[in-house]
Amino acid sequence: MIKLALFIWLLPLAAFVINILIGKRLPRKGDWLSVGAIGISFILSLIMLYRVLVDYDPNFLVQGSVPWIDLGVLKLNMGLYLDNLAVIIVTAVSTVSFLVHVYSIGYMEGDPLYNRFFAYLSLFSFSMLGLVMWDNLFGIYMMWELVGICSYLLIGFYFTKDSAANAGKKAFIVNRVGDFGFLIGLLIVISTVGSFNLTTIHQAVGQGVLHGGLLTAAGILLFAGAVGKSAQFPLHVWLPDAMEGPTPVSALIHAATMVAAGVYLMARLNFMLTFDAMLVVAYVGGFTSLFAATIAITQNDIKRVLAYSTISQLGYMIMAMGVGAYVAGFFHLVTHAMFKAGLFLGSGSVIHAMHHSMEKTGIHGDPNDMRQMGGFRKKMPYTHITFVIFSLALSGIPFFSGFLSKDAILGGTLAFAMSQSNPIHYLLPTFGFVAAIITAFYMFRLIINTFYGKPKNESLFKHIHESPKVMTIPLMALAFLSLYFIYTIPSISPAGPEGGWFTHLIERPISAVATQLGHPVLFIPEHTEHAAHVNGMLISIIFALTGILLAYLFYYWKKIDVEKFTQRIKPLYALSFNKYYMDELYQATVVSGLLLWNQMLAWFDLHVIDGIVNGSAWVVRNFSFMDGWIDKYIVDGLVNLVANMTLAFGKSVRKIETGQIQNYILGAVLGAFFIIILTMI
Amino acid sequence: MEATQVLFWFIAVVTILSAGIVAFSSKLIHSAFALLATLVGFAAFYVYLGADFLAVAQIMIYVGGILILIIFGVMMTHRIYDTSKRTAHNSLILSLLGGAAMAAILGMIIFRSPWTATVFKTLKPTTSMIGTSILTNYLLPFEVISVLLLGALVGAVYLARREEDEE
Amino acid sequence: MIQLESYLIISAIVFVLGIFTILYKKNAVGILMGVELILNSVNLNFIAFARYIDTYINGQLVAIFIIILAASEAAVALAIILNMYRDRRSVDVTKMDEMKN
Repeated sequence: MIKLALFIWLLPLAAFVINILIGKRLPRKGDWLSVGAIGISFILSLIMLYRVLVDYDPNFLVQGSVPWIDLGVLKLNMGLYLDNLAVIIVTAVSTVSFLVHVYSIGYMEGDPLYNRFFAYLSLFSFSMLGLVMWDNLFGIYMMWELVGICSYLLIGFYFTKDSAANAGKKAFIVNRVGDFGFLIGLLIVISTVGSFNLTTIHQAVGQGVLHGGLLTAAGILLFAGAVGKSAQFPLHVWLPDAMEGPTPVSALIHAATMVAAGVYLMARLNFMLTFDAMLVVAYVGGFTSLFAATIAITQNDIKRVLAYSTISQLGYMIMAMGVGAYVAGFFHLVTHAMFKAGLFLGSGSVIHAMHHSMEKTGIHGDPNDMRQMGGFRKKMPYTHITFVIFSLALSGIPFFSGFLSKDAILGGTLAFAMSQSNPIHYLLPTFGFVAAIITAFYMFRLIINTFYGKPKNESLFKHIHESPKVMTIPLMALAFLSLYFIYTIPSISPAGPEGGWFTHLIERPISAVATQLGHPVLFIPEHTEHAAHVNGMLISIIFALTGILLAYLFYYWKKIDVEKFTQRIKPLYALSFNKYYMDELYQATVVSGLLLWNQMLAWFDLHVIDGIVNGSAWVVRNFSFMDGWIDKYIVDGLVNLVANMTLAFGKSVRKIETGQIQNYILGAVLGAFFIIILTMI
Repeated sequence: MEATQVLFWFIAVVTILSAGIVAFSSKLIHSAFALLATLVGFAAFYVYLGADFLAVAQIMIYVGGILILIIFGVMMTHRIYDTSKRTAHNSLILSLLGGAAMAAILGMIIFRSPWTATVFKTLKPTTSMIGTSILTNYLLPFEVISVLLLGALVGAVYLARREEDEE
Repeated sequence: MIQLESYLIISAIVFVLGIFTILYKKNAVGILMGVELILNSVNLNFIAFARYIDTYINGQLVAIFIIILAASEAAVALAIILNMYRDRRSVDVTKMDEMKN
């Protein structure tokens, strides 16, 4: 098993190394190498999943590790931790990754950096697979940064475009904020527990080694890393901009896998979250789900709609982790990976067609703009059908995978709210249900604008054609994986995942946060859970259908005039269209903050310092008008003296900067000498 | 005083004197040959310390490799007739000041710390131990350093021959 | 039996001479020699500690890595010096101050 996992993990790395070094000279620029490597990983991961399914044991766990770094007090192991969670997510990652690799053969065809693109994809697959398999937080952190670097490289893949390069930088810098929290969380863990190993941490937390406020702080700080990586409010600003990258990258990294790393981390560390930390997690997730959904309604860029939808769905998963609906959250992670990757690939297919059409007709424009599309249904039948399936799954319509998982999350939040005495926690299910309507609405707005109605740009429409097979087949595979019964076998009830293999294999880990230490522990009685589940299911179906109906009313039947309606709610519309001015807000706080600080200093110079000089001059002049001219000379003399002294000092100091290394070495030696003298005597 | 100790101090004096020549000689080629004596002296210390493999490696790598490179550098950068020419120096006083400061630091550390030899080892060949260690505990540094060495050599070749391409 | 301090003192003297060489010489090759002196004195320390304090031969292993590093450093440094010489017919480091200002 471990060996299998090692092959799955290291094959993409080998492909990366070969591709980055000699990819350009290989036949077909080395794409077969990356695709082959991830393909084998995919098959091996299926074998691994098969073994787990044969075993059918919820407590399945294989661990293996070798010593890696020994720093005396700190011993680090390199090891794999394969439980059901890891195996399922490895399978999901390798599936999506494989399909995206195949799709990229068609999408990236003719790109000048074709081989580098595949090399980066391989590196990403390697780091992502490592991230979900490592057995200690240090390794997870390492891989976490590595996926961040891949994301940076791939967002800025068209680095000659300014916006792409800036988007890459933005993603990297915004992620840094979250990762800083992650790092501090790691330091708290290592300073108290003394080990990064997941099992050891579990035991230590259970024994109360790490407890109280510090445990809550550690949980929240580690969650900060997830906030950055999974683009949760307020660090969500990078994900929409990340759409500058090639579309397969958006599908793989910014929809299915990397952004889900935060959710994965929360799943892994679920055992050490205190009740307070969980509340923070739940509210951040819940708020993000609603917040991002409302932005998605008004965007016109097809990929941006999907990006905000991703943020919103990630919010759902994070919220599920926070309210203890662990299985539901993780389930949604897997199903969402499938259909959201499919949506992105589908939009990529549309963009690809638009791009080619624009090239042929010589129209310069944004190929992502929905306002240029319409009526593509007949020209791109496969893309259309798969896109509708993905959207139904995302909206949570029965018989599709999204229904099962989303419904489970909503039921979970409802159960949480019902089990708590404080009625304010009903906010969480409210966030979820409202976001569910909006989700259905914006997805069908997208579909109707793209695939139905009359073509808005006839000359472009003429040249639209279906994408090549290498691009549509992955779409069909992902569409198949978005059907409900994949996840409910052996049961075929479309009502819920109960009885299926997924819910059998994944169980919420027993919280290590010990009750006797005075931590409140989340407990949801079974009957509440059941009641909440039934209610949640009914409400979510009704809400999803309402959302779809609204979208048809607005955009298909045009019963309601969109223009008039937006005029009526103009302030709200503007708020959503401009993404709640979050970018502007950051611009205003960060950039203007610095500017303001500078202005303050200038003001201080101008008024206070000058004021003191002027004031003293004024006092002196009044004190002795007769001797005013002498005073003037003295004051001037002083000022000149100060200036001259500064000048002379500057001149002498400048001599030190000779640019000659030997002088610097001498300085370093003498400096070390004085430091040692000071410390030792 | 045993004979080995006498020999040890003799080697020490020779090594330090030749290191002094490296430092103070104003003719670069003299410095290079004095460096040879210093390096061989160090190899002798390694023998005293029971590091047989390192003594041989010192002779082979430093004397056979690095020193040859340095002499080669001296030859390349001085026309043959002016290898004996006096080279310019920086300020002697400042340099002595730097040296004295460093000597003070080291002296203070050496004489203030308790150096008790905690281990008394019998002398035995270390080569097999080194080989085993390199392939077990030190495998990662070993691999990294071999890549570094390769990179350095490729880099050196690239730097040295760039001019020829332009010509 | 030779004391540990003897080695430390010899190594310290050579180290100081190395520092002095780096400061004193204007010739880049001369400075390189000073660096070699320093590296050797450090090596001597490591090996002496391996003999007198450590139960294993970790010091010797570190010394091996230092020797390898010194070799690569000498190769690269000489390549740079040769380039420098070709460029301006001089290896005087005090004239290398393009980075000033």
